[in-house]
Amino acid sequence: MPQIAQLTADNWYLASQLFWLLVVFAGIYLVIGRGMLPKIEATVDARDRKVADDLAAAKAAHATADALEESYRQQSDASRLAAQKAVAEAKDKAAKDAEKRLAKVDAELGDKLAAAEADVAAARKSAMAEIESVAAEAAGDLVAKLSGVKIAAADAKAAVKAVIHG
Amino acid sequence: MAAESGKIDPMHQFEVTPLSGGFNLGGHDILFTNSALWMIVAAIALGLFMWGGMRRQLVPGRWQAAVEGFTGFISNMMMANIGTEGRKYTPYVFSLFMFILFCNLLGMLPLGVLGLHPFTVTSHIAITGVLALISFAIVLVVGFWRHGLHFFSLFVPHGTPLPMIPIIAPIEFVSFMVRPFSLGLRLFVAMTAGHVLLKVLSGFVINGFNAETLWLGSIVSVLSFILMIGISALELLVAGIQAYVFALLTSLYINDAVNLH
Repeated sequence: MPQIAQLTADNWYLASQLFWLLVVFAGIYLVIGRGMLPKIEATVDARDRKVADDLAAAKAAHATADALEESYRQQSDASRLAAQKAVAEAKDKAAKDAEKRLAKVDAELGDKLAAAEADVAAARKSAMAEIESVAAEAAGDLVAKLSGVKIAAADAKAAVKAVIHG
Repeated sequence: MAAESGKIDPMHQFEVTPLSGGFNLGGHDILFTNSALWMIVAAIALGLFMWGGMRRQLVPGRWQAAVEGFTGFISNMMMANIGTEGRKYTPYVFSLFMFILFCNLLGMLPLGVLGLHPFTVTSHIAITGVLALISFAIVLVVGFWRHGLHFFSLFVPHGTPLPMIPIIAPIEFVSFMVRPFSLGLRLFVAMTAGHVLLKVLSGFVINGFNAETLWLGSIVSVLSFILMIGISALELLVAGIQAYVFALLTSLYINDAVNLH
C-alpha cells in the first residue's frame, strides 16, 4: 500500500509529497482564499445590500403612497362634507325665502280680497237701495195704471221693502 | 484465472512516480511527481473555475452563480457554526473544501480510457493527514491565542459534576487529540476504498471478457460494469460529501477554539 509505505522513514517521495502539498495549498490559500474569495463575497454582499436597500426604498415608497392616498381621501371627504353643508344651507335659505315671500303675497292677497269684499258689499248695498227705489217707483206706476190711484212714494217704498225683505 | 487477475493491481493507482528531476531541500530529494502534477492540475482547475466567477455582475450569469453558490455555501456554514467571527476563517476553510473537492473529483475522471493515469491526491494519508494537522494547528493557535490557559476548560464540559471531572477530562482530552487523525483518516479511507473498489470491479470486467468460458465471463463482466456505473455515481457523491465533512468538522473545531463550549 503506497500510502502507508510513504510513512516509513526511508521513503523517497514523502518529502516531495509534503513539499508540493504545502506549495500548492499555500498558493490556493493566498490566490484563491485570500485573493478571489473576498472579492466574490464582496460582490454577493453588495448585491444583498442593494436588494435590501431597494426593498426598503420600495417599502418607503409604498408607505408614502399610502399616506398620500389617505390624505387625499381625507381631503375629498372634507370637501364633500363642505359641499353637502353648503347645499343644505342653500336649500334651507331658499325654503325660508320662499316661505317669506309666500307669506307676503298671502297677506297682500288677503288685503285685496278684503277690499274687494268690502267693495262688493258696498255695491250690493247701494244696488239694493237702488232696487228698492226703482221697485217702489215701478210699484207706484203699476198701481196708478191699474187702479188710477196715486199712492204716496213713501207708502210704495214701505210696501216694497216689506215684500223684498219678506 | 488466478494468473490473469494478478495482472490488475488495484493498488497501482496509488503509486507515486517521479515525472522529472528535482532539487535537494534539507537533505531530502524533492521530485516533481504525478501527485504534484495532479495537485497543480486541481489548483489550476480551481483557479479557472473561480476566475469564471469573478465578473462581479450585479445579476450573476450561470458561472458566476455557480461560484457564488460555493462561496455562499462555505460562508453560510462558517456563519452558522462560528458566528460573525467565522468570516476570518472562511478563506482557509474555503480553500480546504475546494482543494479537496477538486482533487477528489479529478481523481474520478475516466482518463484511463485515454491511457493516462489519474491520481487521487486525497487518497494519500500523507496529504489528508497534513491538511488535518494544519486544521488542528489552527485550532490550537487560535484557542491559546484567544483564551490562553483557559482554553483547557474545553476538556471540562459545562455542568459536569465536580467528582466526574477527573474522569471526563481525560476522555475529552483523548477525543480532542484524536481529532486530526480521524479527520485525515476519514478522507483517506473513503477515497482509497472507493478507488480500490472501482479498480477491482474494472478488473472483473476485463478478466471476465478474457475468461476461457466466455459466456460466464461475459455475464460477470456486464454485471460488474453495471455495478461500476452505480458505484461511480456513489463515488462522485462521496467526493462531495467527504470534502464537505472535512470542511464542516474543521469549522466545528475552529468554533471550539473561538467560542470554547
